[in-house]
Amino acid sequence: MYAQLVKSEGTANRDEMTPEEVAFQDRIDRNEKIEPKEWMPDGYRKTLIRQIGQHAHSEIVGQLPEGNWITRAPTLERKAILLAKVQDEAGHGLYLYSAAETLGVSRDELLEALHAGKMKYSSIFNYPTLTWADMGAVGWLVDGAAIMNQVPLQRTSYGPYSRAMIRICKEESFHQRQGYDIMMKMCAGTPEQKAMAQDALNRFWYPALMMFGPSDKDSVHSAQSMAWRIKMNTNDELRQKFVDQTVPQAKFLGLTVPDPDLQWNEEKGGHDFSEPDWSEFYAVLAGNGPCNAERLGARVKAWDDGAWFREGLMAHAAKHSGGRVAAE
Amino acid sequence: MPSLPDMTTPNLAALAGDATAQGGHPAVPAPDAGQPEFTEWLQRVGDNCLILGHRLSEWCGHGPALEEDIAIANQSLDLIGQCQLWLGLAAEVEGRGRSADDLAYLRDVLAFRNVVLVERPNGDFGQTLMRQFLFDAFHLELLRGLESSTDARVADIASKAVKEVAYHLERSADLVIRLGDGTADSHARMQKALDLLFPYTGEMFADDATDRAMANAGIAPLPSTLKPAWDAVVAEVLTAASLTHPGEVWQHGTTGTGGGKRGIHSEHLGYLLAEMQFLQRAYPGATW
Repeated sequence: MYAQLVKSEGTANRDEMTPEEVAFQDRIDRNEKIEPKEWMPDGYRKTLIRQIGQHAHSEIVGQLPEGNWITRAPTLERKAILLAKVQDEAGHGLYLYSAAETLGVSRDELLEALHAGKMKYSSIFNYPTLTWADMGAVGWLVDGAAIMNQVPLQRTSYGPYSRAMIRICKEESFHQRQGYDIMMKMCAGTPEQKAMAQDALNRFWYPALMMFGPSDKDSVHSAQSMAWRIKMNTNDELRQKFVDQTVPQAKFLGLTVPDPDLQWNEEKGGHDFSEPDWSEFYAVLAGNGPCNAERLGARVKAWDDGAWFREGLMAHAAKHSGGRVAAE
Repeated sequence: MPSLPDMTTPNLAALAGDATAQGGHPAVPAPDAGQPEFTEWLQRVGDNCLILGHRLSEWCGHGPALEEDIAIANQSLDLIGQCQLWLGLAAEVEGRGRSADDLAYLRDVLAFRNVVLVERPNGDFGQTLMRQFLFDAFHLELLRGLESSTDARVADIASKAVKEVAYHLERSADLVIRLGDGTADSHARMQKALDLLFPYTGEMFADDATDRAMANAGIAPLPSTLKPAWDAVVAEVLTAASLTHPGEVWQHGTTGTGGGKRGIHSEHLGYLLAEMQFLQRAYPGATW
């Protein structure tokens, strides 16, 4: 899940709603899409901006851990696939910033908030990618966890967000398969390659579980977001689904999930598994993950180093008004 | 260092023969008759794409705007795709059972045949764009010439690549113009980039024995014949960008025995290869 701990505003209680809010909620309950120029409660708009913005930031910061291996990809084909994959993430960022713009916030404003540390991105991208097997693990587990959340969001109530999700999901499922393909190759390779694959699973398993966020079954914010259909499932439901999907995939690879208490629970029809260390999750969100400084630093550097370029294009466009429009 | 048979062994053909005799490897096809120059030339074309594609890929995630990040990754992908075709053909013509990946990942610096221009470090985004423009203008002329190559395989690759490269040039020329004619800062950066990189452009048009053999066989145009068209495009774009043409300046790699086309590179290429080839070097024989 690329949006974590998104604070929701508003009330899910019908008795406290204005007539406009009641009519709005009725539209959502009828599964109608809300479009940009239509009336919406302020809380709905603000919550969506936070959620879509955080998701967009996660896409562009998410380029960095995998971008770390593009120049070291082991074959020409792997290099092209990884580059295309990371390029897709930039494209996802673009769709999502555009979706957020329809709510009245510019891409520059959102980036400024990211750079100032006022907006977050997913905790997962603050972990390092140490070996080539991490390219497999990230595609398999991180994109796999993201899909769990994004597939239901294709049905979200806000039209532009829903349509962005439909495009994104098509590409994400390809990404997950390319990650798993790398894992299969590594697991069928030399003992060193297999060890790298196991090590990657060991390091990414719990951070992947953290992507869904802490249990929110009793959260007021989640209840409101679910009423507005901008959150479709609880964090625990999605985490359970992810574990149940991933465990047999790990088994197929011949890898061991790093959880001694993991076992099938016949009664609930799902796996029992250990919770991640939530103190680590909060530490990473607070900026203390292994790569927070590098990741945000890389984004800020790219933006600052690119200022002259963007200004040059804008100046040219201004001089030649009526001509082409600059990059922004 | 573990043994790296594919690149450090000088007498590969003899080794391949031994291996075949021992039944260890399937027989490799005979090289295209009398065409060592052809292999050499194909590596020049393919290595330009590989090294420039690699340089562009270094920008992924670090571009000055999201649209540029995406565009530069696209160009990188085009060039890596083209390099797979050229180096694949080089390996086929060579006939020693090597693959495009073997050529990309298991040759050392002296065996690379790209021009020095494409291995220049990215610098700021302006230097990257200027390098791209100076190369694209050459690349497009070359590919247009190759479309009528007497070798059908070369003509096929060229007719695929020429469409991509026509767009590369459109984009790089457009950005050079806009940034040259943008702010005082962007103008100064583009002029600096031009002055820095122009001395590496002469090598693209310097003919040698390999080039003459290719031209005589009708496989490729002689590089020097591409220069007038390149000069015209460069002059037009620099004028539109209000940049000053550096004029007749020293051109690296055009005299003596130096130059990337003959395997004498800048110090930068060794580091690029150390990074690019790391996994193949550290885990010889593994498949990925």
